[in-house]
Amino acid sequence: MNTKALTDTVMNAARGRAIPATPTRQRRVVRRLPVQKNWPPAVIAAAQFGIFVALLALWEVAADLKVIDPFFWSQPSTIWSTLVVFFTEGNAFTDIVYTFESTLIGFVLGTVAGALLGMSFWWSPNYARVMQPYVVCLESIPKLALAPLIVLVFGMGIGSKVAIAIALTIVVSTLTAYAGVRAVDKDQERLFYSIGASRWQVFSKLVVPSCVPWIISILRVNIGLALTGSIVGEFVASEHGLGRTILYAGSTYEISLVWVAVLVLATLSMVMYVIVGWIEKVLRKGVDR
Amino acid sequence: MDKQPRLLLDNVSMVFERAGQSFTALAPVDIKVPAGRFVSLIGPSGCGKSTIFNIVAGLQLPTTGNVLIDGDNATGTIGRVAYMLQKDLLLPWRTVVDNVALGMEIRGVPMKEARERALPLLQRYGLGGFEHSHPSALSGGMRQRAALLRTLLIDTDVVLLDEPFGALDAQTKAQMQEWLLQLFEDFGRTVIFVTHDVEEAVFLSDDIYVMASRPGRVVDIMPVDLPRPRDRSVVSTPRFVAMKKYCLDLLHGEADAPLGPEPVAA
Repeated sequence: MNTKALTDTVMNAARGRAIPATPTRQRRVVRRLPVQKNWPPAVIAAAQFGIFVALLALWEVAADLKVIDPFFWSQPSTIWSTLVVFFTEGNAFTDIVYTFESTLIGFVLGTVAGALLGMSFWWSPNYARVMQPYVVCLESIPKLALAPLIVLVFGMGIGSKVAIAIALTIVVSTLTAYAGVRAVDKDQERLFYSIGASRWQVFSKLVVPSCVPWIISILRVNIGLALTGSIVGEFVASEHGLGRTILYAGSTYEISLVWVAVLVLATLSMVMYVIVGWIEKVLRKGVDR
Repeated sequence: MDKQPRLLLDNVSMVFERAGQSFTALAPVDIKVPAGRFVSLIGPSGCGKSTIFNIVAGLQLPTTGNVLIDGDNATGTIGRVAYMLQKDLLLPWRTVVDNVALGMEIRGVPMKEARERALPLLQRYGLGGFEHSHPSALSGGMRQRAALLRTLLIDTDVVLLDEPFGALDAQTKAQMQEWLLQLFEDFGRTVIFVTHDVEEAVFLSDDIYVMASRPGRVVDIMPVDLPRPRDRSVVSTPRFVAMKKYCLDLLHGEADAPLGPEPVAA
């Protein structure tokens, strides 16, 4: 079809005229809904495990054959023996407890303080409006960039790690709780007032319970953030902790120890995720009904 | 009528200022509701029904005029009337009984006592067995029942119902109307009822205020002289049909006028 004919067709369509049907009849293609067969869970698990083992084996063999430099990459067998040493002779438990403690304290304080701050914005729209630029500012500052400063102020101890974890979690919590406040049904608020409720009654019986699901939704994000905060604090300056172990091992070229610490850290993180996920489920049962 | 009315709207009007233009949501109206009467407001969207409700509930200040409850000036005071919307507004985290007890709780009745007063009513008015369920387990009609009981348990003589059955299907709606009549007779409250549905208004009311829009105003007051207690068979009597037709004609007098934008209610 040349340009002229195309233009004509479009013009005809635009005028609402019927476009003459094309005389050639096309063969109809028979198509069915694609059917997907689901593998049994055992097969999925076997495939997953198989890939894991294959990767480890590849790593081990490649390091043995010097395809990759075992000095920088280490290899699974060395990592395993370092892991055993780390737990039997090293200070694994001191480090784990140290990191876990600062993460947990930072997580709880940051979440609670943020939630309270966010919900307090309900109390006065003027106050909320005044605070708005500061909250946005706080949100946009790369908090981790402040880590060296925080460590200077709060010292080498666990306080600085907790502070960084709080700095990371508090902003998200504030914003989420404030979003929850703004989502409170205006009609619901009017109903409360029509009954003659005081502001405190509206806050405690309506606003706070409405925000609970919002706050629950950030728990899992916050546990991750708090862990990141603690590790970065330990990177900057610390006497204990898994982050410090990674930094120390890296600077002394003990690559297998770096891997061990990362492995332990990943496990710690997963355990905390599972626990928070479980808490979330229990809380949700109590709220969303 | 020399007896003091329970609720009196005296020259109440509402004018909004928007972008330098004034917009009359409600031209001055006078509404007089004697104690124990069932009054309906019907009219098209934007006729100021919801504005009247908000003013009576104290959620909005009228531009002119006063609201008097038993002779007291109640303009701009909250907690003087009970208020219910089309949305049930049940709190999802509370059980049905705790939802129904909300009004009493806010008015300072201890929770235990509030529950004790609510429980027998739930039994009597068709929510038995669901007292300790959460609202999500209830059907639309049952949720409205719970909302209505919550409204009636707020100890005020005046009850405002803003299209409470507007979102229900026809059959549930009919059941709820009969149920409301029963409650009205049992509780002896003064009810102001807003609806779009003429048949509903005639079936339930003692007086009907027919309203029109642009500006929102009352065009006529029609007393409904059907005997009480009423049951569903009344809808086919000639008197009922005549009154329904009269109301519809009044409303349709408005139908020719162009439909304006809806006023912003607060």
